Formats: sequence, structure tokens, C-alpha cells
Amino acid sequence: MTGQETATATSALAEPSAAVPCFYRVASRQEDTGDTVTLELTEPDGPVPAFAPVPAFAPGQFAMLTAFGVGEVPISVSGLGDSGGGRARRLQHTLRAVGAVTRALCAVQPGGLIGVRGPFGVGWDVASAAGRDLVIVAGGIGLAPLRPVVLAALADRSRYRRIVLLVGARTPADLLYGGEFDRWRRDGVEVAVTVDQADSGWNGEVGLVTALIKPAGLAPGDSVAFICGPDIMMRVTADALAALGIPPSQIRVSLERNMRCGAAWCGHCQLGPLLVCRDGPVVGYDRAAALMRVREL
Amino acid sequence: MTDTVAARLAAHSFFAALTDDQRAALAEDGAAVTFTPGQRLFDEGGIADCFWLIEDGGIALDLRVPGRGDQIIETLGAGTVLGWSWLHPPYRWHFGAVARVATNAIEFEAPSVRRRCDADPAFGYAALRLFTPIITERLQATRLRLLDLYATAAQVRQREVQQADT
Repeated sequence: MTGQETATATSALAEPSAAVPCFYRVASRQEDTGDTVTLELTEPDGPVPAFAPVPAFAPGQFAMLTAFGVGEVPISVSGLGDSGGGRARRLQHTLRAVGAVTRALCAVQPGGLIGVRGPFGVGWDVASAAGRDLVIVAGGIGLAPLRPVVLAALADRSRYRRIVLLVGARTPADLLYGGEFDRWRRDGVEVAVTVDQADSGWNGEVGLVTALIKPAGLAPGDSVAFICGPDIMMRVTADALAALGIPPSQIRVSLERNMRCGAAWCGHCQLGPLLVCRDGPVVGYDRAAALMRVREL
Repeated sequence: MTDTVAARLAAHSFFAALTDDQRAALAEDGAAVTFTPGQRLFDEGGIADCFWLIEDGGIALDLRVPGRGDQIIETLGAGTVLGWSWLHPPYRWHFGAVARVATNAIEFEAPSVRRRCDADPAFGYAALRLFTPIITERLQATRLRLLDLYATAAQVRQREVQQADT
């Protein structure tokens, strides 16, 4: 099918609804770790209910992915994909099999269909780091929503001063995208990695991800920091960066709450005054810090 | 050598809270050292008679676990201080330490530093104030690692089963 034919076909399709999953086909499936899989999704080319592809995603935004007959979960994009014509023609999602839905999604093989709603939420605003140092701190699966930030910054490397990526993982076997680190380093990203528990073959750092901050020699007044990982990891990391002097408004975290509708209708993801699906998941630490410490939230 | 050490200490933020006189006194107990990759600095249970400011390179703290060999529990890099067992009796190392790469450091003679602390309470208080934040930071980091934050529920259950088996 030519590009013109594609555009014509797309224009004839119904506009996607925020409430109805669009069909996407799994083009490739890569097992990143023992329980984590990256799926590449493309527009289906077969006889399936026809919707135009969902709008393009920005780094940090998420989709509601459907495993048909099982359920739906919110998953951030983990790659830049292909956004031709402002549509998500190719999407990447990295999923960890932790429950019934994610296990079902992780099991979908190339050629299989899954549902996609989105894009939802506020992304990382990578452009806000232009002319500054971009500091990216990831813990565990939290590297997945930050990978598009790395890729977007590298695609426009000269806009940013230093790009510093600090990664923490449980064990060396749990490290995501380890095969990409060397390429990122060659392309101008300062990558530091630490694990909580080393094995005999590990030659890298061992310790909490916050231990990587001081050696990174950051310029606090001129840095923008993006953090993603478990809540506690984000809090201690953001506090450590703030203690260095990075203003909390220049520190952003990606919150994870119980997203259901994705479109600010149902209220399941309410966090104080925020609906995380709409006002997040990426939120400035100046807003998030107090909310993250409220036990009832 | 002492002048060189004093200059190095003055350049390092860790010692910024000391007065010039206190830094000069501490420098008298310090000397520049180099460790080659794999060189062991101390073993668990050994006498803690030194501490180090790591200037570049990296050190691994380890612990020998029967059946599993030396397990690295934490790594320390440039700009950090290694060793606080010299501060309190019984002055024995709780872990081992080995250089992972070529490492330059300033090594301090702990008994002499302790004598200075005893003889000059102001110096001793200043020294304690230097080390307390390190101890606190590492305690907090250890507590957080105990939470096994990156583990899935399944991994936590698996760990609990393993612990129950042992």
C-alpha cells in the first residue's frame, strides 16, 4: 500500500474514541528480562474493525492497552514510534508481567491483536530542558517511560547540554535496555547504572540509585530532572536533587495510580486535587511532593 | 607530603566544615595512597586503623557468605569516604573492602586521629559531624534497599519462601 493509499484509507476510517480500543497488531515482541517484554505495535492490515490509528504519543504519555477478554491496563510508551500524519502508526510499549492483564499482554505473539486507547495524560515536556542539563533518573521498570526522553533528546542532541542518565535496578538481570547503553554513551549520554543486589558477573556499581547523584557532578541551577520508578524511589531521589539545589518545579516525577478511563471521567486515579490520568502522570515535584506524602492518597 | 594532603583536603567539599587549623591537623595524619585493581584494603573483622577519602577510582564493600563467596554489598566511588569502624570500639571492620579499579585515595591513620579527638573536643566534635551524615545516608540507603522497591509481588513472595527455607 502506498503512502497516498494509506492516507486515503485512514481518512475513510472512523475517528478513534477515547472510550473504545483501536486494534493494533503486534509487529514484534522482545523479551527484555525474565518478566518484561517490549511490544512493537502497528496498524492492523487485516480484516478487523476499522478505526483510524490513535493520535501520536508524546514521551511520558500512556495508553490503555487491552488484552481482549482479560482486561485493560495503563502502559506508557517506551519508544518514539512512528507518528506519521500525527497518528500513532507504530508504537512501543514495555510491559512487566505482574498481573493477569499484563501477563496476557506479554504473552501476545507477533501477529496477535491488542487494543489501544490514548494517548492520555501529560508527558515529560522534554523541550523544557533545552539549553540545560537533562537529568534522567530511572528505577526498575521506570526506565521504560523515560526511554523516549533519551531517544528524543538524542534525536536533537545539540539542544541540550549534558544528558545524564542514572539507572537503578534490582539485579543485573532486571536491567532494561542494557544493550542500548553503550550506543547512548557513544551518542553523548552520560550513563551510570547501579543495582541493589550484584551477582558474580557484575562489574558495575552496587547501591541505591541516589548514590549516583553526587558523582554525576550536576549543575543544580541549570538542570531539569525527570524521575520515574517506585513512589519511594522517586521521593528520595527528588529530595536528593532538591537538596543539591535543583528547584522542585524543575524536577518532574511520573505518578502511577489506579487509571481506568484514562480520560478524567471516572475519578479512580484521583490524587488530592489531581486526576493523574489527565493532570499527570508526569507532575512537577513542587505539586507532587506534598501529595506523595499523604497516607490516605 | 602533608602540604599536598592539606591542599587536597581543602579542595574537597567533605572537609569544608573544618577550620583551617583542624584541616591542617587532620592532614598530618593523612598520606596519598594508590590501590591496584583487586587489591584488598581490609577484611571483615580486621583492625580498623585507617579510613580513606577516595579521590578517584572505586572500592567495593563485601562480605564473605558461605557457599556464595564474596558478596558485594555496596560500591563507593570518587569523592566518598571509606570506613567509620575506626570511630567506635571494638575498632574492627564490619565488612571487607577491595579496589575494583585503580584507585587513588588519601589514607588517614585512625589511632592518631582518635588521639586528636580525645585531646581536642572541638576537633573531635567536628570530626563526628563530618562522619555522622555519611553514616546516616548509608543507613537510609540500606533501609530503602531492604524494602526491595523494584521487586514484584511475585519476587517478594519468592524471597520470603527462600528465607523461610534457610
